[in-house]
This record gives sequence, structure tokens and C-alpha cells, in this order.
Amino acid sequence: MRKKITAILAAILVTGLLAGCSGKNADPIASSASSEAPKNVTITALFMKQAGYSEDAIKEATDAFIKENPNIKVETTFVPYEVLEQKTLVANGGYDVILVDAPWTAKYVKANLIKEVTDKVSTADRDDIFAGAISAMQYEDKLYGMPWLNDVKYLFYNKEMLKQAGINAPPKTWDELIADCKILKEKKIVDFPIVWSWKQAEALAVDYALIAGSFGGKFVEDGKPVVNDPSNIEALKFMQQSLTDGLSNPGSPEYLEEDVRGVFSSGKAAFALNWTYMFGMANDPKESKIVGNVGIAQVPGTAKAASATINGGMGLSIAQSSKNPDEAWKYIQYLSAKDFQKKHAKDALPIWKSLFADADVIATNPELVNLSKTQYEYLINRPQVPWYGELSKQMQVAVQVALLGRSSPEDALNKLQTKALDMSK
Amino acid sequence: MQSGLRHRWFILFSIIPALLFVFGIVLYPLVQTFIYSLKNMDLLSDHQGQFVGLNNYTHALMDSDVWSSIGRTFYFSGVSITLEMILGLLIALLLNEKLRGIAFLRSIIILPWAVPTIVNAAMWKWIYHPEYGALNGLLMQLHLISEYRPWLSSPWLAMNMVIVADVWKMTPFVAVFLLAALQMNNKSIYEAASIDGASIIRRFFTLTLPFLKPTILVLIVMRTMEAFKVFDLIYALTQGGPSNGTMVIIYKAFIETFSNLQYSNGATLSYLIAIIIGILTIVYVKVLKLEEGA
Repeated sequence: MRKKITAILAAILVTGLLAGCSGKNADPIASSASSEAPKNVTITALFMKQAGYSEDAIKEATDAFIKENPNIKVETTFVPYEVLEQKTLVANGGYDVILVDAPWTAKYVKANLIKEVTDKVSTADRDDIFAGAISAMQYEDKLYGMPWLNDVKYLFYNKEMLKQAGINAPPKTWDELIADCKILKEKKIVDFPIVWSWKQAEALAVDYALIAGSFGGKFVEDGKPVVNDPSNIEALKFMQQSLTDGLSNPGSPEYLEEDVRGVFSSGKAAFALNWTYMFGMANDPKESKIVGNVGIAQVPGTAKAASATINGGMGLSIAQSSKNPDEAWKYIQYLSAKDFQKKHAKDALPIWKSLFADADVIATNPELVNLSKTQYEYLINRPQVPWYGELSKQMQVAVQVALLGRSSPEDALNKLQTKALDMSK
Repeated sequence: MQSGLRHRWFILFSIIPALLFVFGIVLYPLVQTFIYSLKNMDLLSDHQGQFVGLNNYTHALMDSDVWSSIGRTFYFSGVSITLEMILGLLIALLLNEKLRGIAFLRSIIILPWAVPTIVNAAMWKWIYHPEYGALNGLLMQLHLISEYRPWLSSPWLAMNMVIVADVWKMTPFVAVFLLAALQMNNKSIYEAASIDGASIIRRFFTLTLPFLKPTILVLIVMRTMEAFKVFDLIYALTQGGPSNGTMVIIYKAFIETFSNLQYSNGATLSYLIAIIIGILTIVYVKVLKLEEGA
């Protein structure tokens, strides 16, 4: 009896074991690589969910691409921006095409995650792409991806509120902005006139880099950190002051861009800095209470710099581990082609300079296209060094320490400089 | 004799799948992580992969940021476990009574624990939202605050709000464990005690609490291990902010590894966490044994 039971158990275990093995063979990546049929391949691509081109637009274009190239199957994955970087690092080898944000390029190159594509983009094409978009994908003068998403931050304002306050034009400098905010607050038009995305996250590093830039500051010079530069300190003081004066929304230290959009679109702020996508969404009746009152303007500046905006450009890169780099590149080319970029110009402005003269592109949003031409002249990059990720993390903490008044801006940045020197070694 | 040998082979054969699992997903990562913690696995550096001995550990132990995140982890664990134990005990005592609808109460009390942590965190994120959060709405209606305020914008407050979210989720777990223990309690002792004139409070402290002690200790050990590894809540609610106010040690290890690509630092921190939990567990077990001996 006992033997019978053990025999049955053994049989179950063995089948279980075999099933386990066959399960492994069914692995999609393994099967696509082993199939010998003439170039029948599956490539996988990683995108983000918010901002820039919509999920629908990408899926539609992907379907069209598959139709044109029946031998290539493309599987797309969409994740929130906040996990895009981790997903890329953890799933090392899991994707063929990766969406890369400007500040990650140097790090990915150092960690050998993406392929160099310098020779794949012709000089003619390169001349037609905005310099900022190209530089986002460059490290040490080599190109590591196709620029794809062209994005910068703008100043958004609520036209109705400004009119009520008797303000005729959006502010050109931060001083003007503060003066306007004071009027808005005194007249009780809005409790907290301006809202920021200052959560301990990359969003804060973006805003600080931008504001510091408009004060004439820089974080890294010739590969060495200069974080405690007087201009940077001045910029941080400005940020801190706006919070202590009650002009900035006190929730700012816990907001990301999407929260900023929520606050601005529900009519609880007169000013906000955000990426291009907010313009469309704040004018969408389903998403917003302030449709028709959304103004967009150049980011304010100082006497030292008329304006400054951050390069939020992103590009598509081929993963170093990709088994089908040629097909992956073909797909990348399809998505960054003028056709696609023109068709979806209302989601994000094209990377191609020539498209800015195209009547259809201008027609999607004349105000934005015109503004973008001047705003692009004040483009700054976050430091393009491999240790930027670490610097950004520490900078977020240092800036918040000062914003919350737990340390003076000078002390916070001096301490950060010491740490940054250690990182850059 | 021969059948005994065959029997032994069979045993070996049967445990192979389990062995594979244990080696593959427990031992291998454990050993690999330990090796990483002894090397300089800095993915951004040109020289990586050499053994550096205990350098990573001394470096981590001299870093004041590491100590403050360990401190924060202790604060989080201490406060949340204390609150969970007190609330859990009170709820368990209530659920142990013969009331109408007690079965219904017992089943709904489990709900918070049944919710996945990340869902729980997402829910609290909305509750705490400064502009349209339910907490602000509730406190306004009760006239406890005069205007909406942010809850996660200052370091200390943010930490305590994260603790509230954790307590809400884990109290039911404690309550159910204690309730199970209470159900096994001998009712006649209580009857005897009340006939002897012991008050309800006296009965609680001389009968119920000593009886529950082993369960409470086991719960504390389990909860300490989990609380030390709190991650999902921080990830979804604050991401370590503001100004590192909720940067617990495990989140720091995560950032070091997957954001800064300093695999060695991450591995070292993970092992430090394991060591701390190990020490705490040994202490708990000693205490437990002492209690049993006494």
C-alpha cells in the first residue's frame, strides 16, 4: 500500500518537474529568438504612460508599422514615468526598444545598457533636428538614441484670474511674478497663486535646475560640481521665500506634475510651471474647470537671463542586449518619422525644425508653436554626467531641507557640494 | 537493507524540486547579494567587480545618512507596532464578546488587511491629498481645521501619516491573531474569578494578558520583521520625502541599487537590515524563553 502511494507521488512529482521544464521553453523571448522563419521576429518596446505622445497614438502607429512589416511583431509596454527608469534597469535585456529621458543617457551608456547609433542618423537629418533634442541623446559627442519627444516647461496662467486682478500681461521676470502673486493674494482671488511640482523626486530637480538657470547658475562645470554657486543659492532663496510668504501652494513639496495639473485645472492656482501636455489637458472639458482660460507664456527670468527652460527631450534607444537591433531601429525610425510627429503634433511638438513651418502643424496650436520658437532659445540641460542620478537624489533632499526652513540655502548647498565632489571622483 | 537504500534514493529524488526552489530563489540571491556587498559593484565605474573586503560595511556604518534612516526605521516600527498591538488587543477583546452581528463584524474587520499594500497606499494618497483629500474634508466638516492643509509636506508629519496608513492595514492582522488566542482561553477560569469578586480590569491584567503573552511576543517578532522592511507604503506615498523625512533603510537600499546603480551599497544595506532583524529576533526569542521558564 505504502509503495503504491509513493509510486503515485513520484509520478506526480516527475510530471510536475517536466511541466516546469516545458513551461520554460514556452518563454516568449526564447521562442522568438529560436524561430528560424525568414526574419519573423518579435520586438518589445518600453514607453511611458503620461505626457508626450498618448498611449493610443503609439499603439495606432505600432499597428500601422506591423501592417507595413508583416514579419515584425511589436509588443508595447507602458509604465508611469516614475518607474520607467527602474523598469529599464531591472528588466535588463527584456526590451529591444527603450524610451530614455535626457538625464539618464550618460548613466545608461556607462552601464552599457544602450547601443551607439551615431552612424545611423544622417547629417542632413541631424541638421533638421533641434539641437536640444539631439543633445538629450548624446554622451561624449556620440549619439545613443533617436530623439523622439520634444518637450520643455512653460509658464501657465489663468487668464480669468489675471483679468480680475487687473494684470494685463503674464510676468516676464520672477520679480514680476511675485508682485502679481501678491496682488492676487491680497485681492483674495486665489489662496495660493502659484503651484509647483517640488516633491522629493526628479520633478523637483527639474524645477530647481530651471530656476537656477534663469538666475544664471549651473550645477556642473567641466565635469566638476559647482552646486553652491552664488546664483544657485539666490535661486533657492527665491523658492524658499515664495513658500514662506504663502504665495506658493504649501502642498508643493508633495506634488508631482500631475498634481500641479490637478490644482491648476481645478482653478486653485493662477500660475504653474508644467510640460507642454498641460496646455491640451487644461483645455479639455472632461479634465478641467478652466477651459478657455488657460494662458501659456515663456518661463520668467531675471536680469541675468531672460528665461530658462529645461530640456525634457526623450529619445528611443536600442537596448544593448537586443537580439534584433535592425528591426528595433526600423521601428524607432517609424515612430520618429515626420509623418508620425506631424500627425500627433498636438500631443508634443515635433523634433524636426522643418515641421515648424508646416501649416498643419502650426494649425494644431498656433499660440504654442509660436511661443515654442522663442522658448527653445533658452534651453538648458540637466548635468550630462553619469553620476547625475545620485546628484539629483541628494539635490532633491538638500533643496527640500532649505524649502522647509530646516537649514539656510547656503548651508544646504554647501553640504551638497561636499557630497557632489565625492560622487564625481 | 536494500529496500532501505532505495527508500533513501527516493527521498532524495522527491526533495529535488524543493531543493531547486530553495537554492534558486532563496540561497542563490542570498549568497550573491553577500558577495556583492564585499565587492565594488558600481555599475557606473570603469573598475568594478573587485573584492574590497568589509569596506562597504565600514563606509555604510560611518555614513550619517545611513544611521538616520536606521533611526527612522526604528521610529516607524516602534510606533506602528505599539499602536497596532494596543488597537488590535482592544478590537480582539470586543470581537471575543457575544454580541449581535459579531460574525459580520469579525469578517469586515479583516478587510483592511485583505487589501494589497500598494492599493492601501494609493488609497491613503488620495485621503491625504491637500486639495481634494477625504481627511481634509472630514476635519473641515468637524470644524477641527479652518482650512485645507498638506499632510505629507513636512518630514515629521509625513512619517506619522505613513504610520497611520500602516496601522490601519495591519491592526486587523494583530486583532485576528489575538482573537484566535482568546477563543482558546478557558472560560471557566473567568467565571471562577468573577465569583471570587475580581473586577473586569483585574481579570484582564491577571488572566487575559498573561495568557496572551506568547501570542503577543510572536506577533511582535513578525511585525518587527515586516515593519523593518516597509517599502510599498513609502514608495507610493512619499518616495522617501520630504527632505528624506520618510527615507527608511530599505527604501534607501532600493534607491542605491536601482537608481544610483551602486549595487554594492544596496547589497550592504540589505545585509545590515538582515543583521539588525536577526539581532532583534534573537533578543525576542530569549525573552520568550525567559517568560516560559518563569
